[in-house]
Amino acid sequence: MTALDHSSQVKEGVDQDTVEAVREVGGVYKHGWSTDIEMEYAPKGLTPDIVRLISEKNEEPEWMTDWRLAAYDRWLTKKEPEWAMIDYPEIDFQDQYYYARPKSMMVKPKSLDEVDPKLLATYEKLGIPLSEQMILAGVEGAEATPAEARKVAVDAVFDSVSIGTTFQEDLKKAGVIFCSISDAIRDHPELVRKYLGTVVPVSDNFYATLNSAVFTDGSFVYVPPGVRCPMELSTYFRINAENTGQFERTLIIADKGSYVSYLEGCTAPKRDVAQLHAAVVEIIVEEDAEVKYSTVQNWYPGDEDGKGGIYNFVTKRADCRGDRSKVMWTQVETGSAVTWKYPSCILRGDDSQGEFYSIAITNHWQQADTGTKMIHLGKDTKSRIVSKGISAGQAQNTYRGLVSMHPKAQNARNYTQCDSLLIGDKCGAHAIPYIEVKNNSARVEHEATASKVDEDQLFYCRSRGMDEEEAVALVVNGFCKDVLQALPMEFAMEAQQLVAISLEGSVG
Amino acid sequence: MALPEIKQTATEARLATLSLPEGGWSEPARRAALARVQRVGLPDRRDEYWKFTRPDALVQPVAPQAAVLKSDESMVFDSFERLKIVFVDGVFDPQASDDLSLEGVSVERLAKIAEQDIHWARDLYGTLEERGQEPVARPLAALNTAFARDGVVIHVTGKPSRPISLIYRHEAEDSDPMLHHVVRVDPGAEATILENGPAGARFSAVMEIDVADTGTLHHIRAQGRDHERSAVTHIFARLGAESTFKSFTVTVNGHLTRNEAVIELTGDDAVAHIAGACVGDGDFHHDDTIFVTHDALNCESRQVFKKVLRNGAVGVFQGKILVKPDAQKTDGYQISQALMLDDDSQFLAKPELEIHADDVACSHGCTSGAIDERALYYLRSRGIPKARATDLLTLAFLAEAVEEIEDPALADDIVARLESWLIRRR
Repeated sequence: MTALDHSSQVKEGVDQDTVEAVREVGGVYKHGWSTDIEMEYAPKGLTPDIVRLISEKNEEPEWMTDWRLAAYDRWLTKKEPEWAMIDYPEIDFQDQYYYARPKSMMVKPKSLDEVDPKLLATYEKLGIPLSEQMILAGVEGAEATPAEARKVAVDAVFDSVSIGTTFQEDLKKAGVIFCSISDAIRDHPELVRKYLGTVVPVSDNFYATLNSAVFTDGSFVYVPPGVRCPMELSTYFRINAENTGQFERTLIIADKGSYVSYLEGCTAPKRDVAQLHAAVVEIIVEEDAEVKYSTVQNWYPGDEDGKGGIYNFVTKRADCRGDRSKVMWTQVETGSAVTWKYPSCILRGDDSQGEFYSIAITNHWQQADTGTKMIHLGKDTKSRIVSKGISAGQAQNTYRGLVSMHPKAQNARNYTQCDSLLIGDKCGAHAIPYIEVKNNSARVEHEATASKVDEDQLFYCRSRGMDEEEAVALVVNGFCKDVLQALPMEFAMEAQQLVAISLEGSVG
Repeated sequence: MALPEIKQTATEARLATLSLPEGGWSEPARRAALARVQRVGLPDRRDEYWKFTRPDALVQPVAPQAAVLKSDESMVFDSFERLKIVFVDGVFDPQASDDLSLEGVSVERLAKIAEQDIHWARDLYGTLEERGQEPVARPLAALNTAFARDGVVIHVTGKPSRPISLIYRHEAEDSDPMLHHVVRVDPGAEATILENGPAGARFSAVMEIDVADTGTLHHIRAQGRDHERSAVTHIFARLGAESTFKSFTVTVNGHLTRNEAVIELTGDDAVAHIAGACVGDGDFHHDDTIFVTHDALNCESRQVFKKVLRNGAVGVFQGKILVKPDAQKTDGYQISQALMLDDDSQFLAKPELEIHADDVACSHGCTSGAIDERALYYLRSRGIPKARATDLLTLAFLAEAVEEIEDPALADDIVARLESWLIRRR
């Protein structure tokens, strides 16, 4: 891509952000560097001893160790799922490290001031400073907003451990618990025990079971009844160590009438060998509560020849237990060599609502098989699915979804729109929706389209003096607009840039 | 890979009841088909492709009995000039059939030609069915290729003046026929094939259709009458350049129906339209499983499926558009809709797109819902009784599929039938 001269004039009608995004593109994958830090590993491979060791390292009570060991036993009986449209070499689960933590974290720092400066610098470089004065710096546009208004509490997970959580005091005042899951198991065992594994059961699927046995860290959120969480909560996952899988577990509980918005970001260094990431996210939404969960997934996607990259196998599910509860998943999936991810909603409470907004971009040799499940159980439940898939290079991009209207889901509604954009003649875009309607008052509407970038729109952009990649980025951003608008502001900016960057080299 | 034990046992049990017709050019094709069945086994409820439809009744060794419906109502297409070919419980009935000679087409009986040493049908028999086994296995079609004893081979060389009409009669309550038809349409030739009637207690039909460049074939099928019958049908069509294939099926009644259509567009500018309308009431399970492959430039495909369901009827749609890497300028369209007239019915759908070329316009839509209360209110406010208003709206809903029939007279006949069925079952 020809870098734009910073002084060049922005053409009339061209979105400033897009031009900025295009300018940003210096390297290919921005976060491909690694931190040189002394690490402590558990021995390679997966055995009951490793499971015990992880539990021990996290100083967990016995019930938790037993829970993990039971999951391990179940995992041995499970088969890797093969139905997804993804193709990858067999994963050797014994050739992985299941636990890796920086040596400096052996004694848990009491506050952020005690954290190894190297770790802090890592997050600084990623644009996620772990200091409380700052808002999410490095995200263009955020500076303009008053700091107070845009506070974001961050839980930073580095390989297998959480290195710190910001704004804990502020949150405590509001009654919100936001900490790493390992802290929660120690400090709030009654909550964890009550909810863990109730949305994604231990034996849900191969990867969720694996995660249940070996999860190392992740975030825990509890918002008490009637509380509107005073700031956005965010977790930033960084894989640094080689040959190490990251298995995080997130548990979010929104009690009656509460509200929380949660953001998740992830990156990893460039490595030639593919790495495994298998996470589980469980969300419990009680009566009248609302949870927004946004992800910008930017794991290392592998290089142009498809070497390396993260294999991302994620189980995310929200259980809208209470009446009038609401959950909204927004995801921007640009990274990972392989993505296997279906954030889902169980709409149990009457009048509950589920929304799923997704942009999945695959370039080069990336493969994504992603979508959602909307299970309507309660009366007058509503769901909306907007999925935008963009495929370029030799990539394969699949939307896979389920909308299920149970007999008791009277007057339930679903609207699904899934569009695919193809850039280049070697890539693939697929849609595999399952629709199951078991009562006649439920209304389901599903639409899907697949097409290439509109020549007329490209021609128009080119005629206004934009180069081809710039024009494609603009058209693609327009294509994704419905989803980008659903993201919190900081993420929307970052996502918009990612859209441009991910497609680099796709125009020939 | 060895088959799961349950599947192995079920397949062996079914095969034990059948004997492979021997001799003639067809024997090698039949043996090859039998090997295909043995390799993948017959479907069971654990197969993803049978997720929404339990194949038990189609696979069990002995056909479930089905009462013969006594009705004085005339059969569909009765008022049309046509070349009648009658099968009674799956056996050709020369007395009831017309003389098979008609200008522009040659029609022969499979049972007769299969014994010959050589016949043009050899190049097609089992060939298109075998092509249709990838990427999804269709073992019941291969079973039919192996064991079907009767059927017709049709060679369309010109433009016959009358439609070729296959009429199936069901007389024995335990009949279990398999029919296998082969159709070849020459360049520039054009014909219409009609099919109707409940062929037996359990019916398996395969139609292999090869449409040469610039050829045209219309296919209109009515499945109905008997309440207890079960049926599995397969159409395998291969289309050459600038050829056209249009198929429409209307289904009423029947305990279990699975209609598969596997269409391959192999020549540039080919057109394929597959449509279906069904009215299901009570113990009715209807499954349309369509697989359209675009493998040439600038082809058009349409899938239009409408289902009206009530009293616990189940409608299934599995449709797929596969666009191969070089099939640029593809225009693919698919719509599947269900109208549920009461609370007990189910609509299960899996409309799929798999696209490997970029210069394409493909879309699918899928909806399910109840009758539009406002439209109903409007009609009633104009003095139309509720039942009649519901019928009118139901017919309007089905119209998009019926419109796929090109011949207006045939389309009118189908609409008239649908209307009488709606009234009768009210």
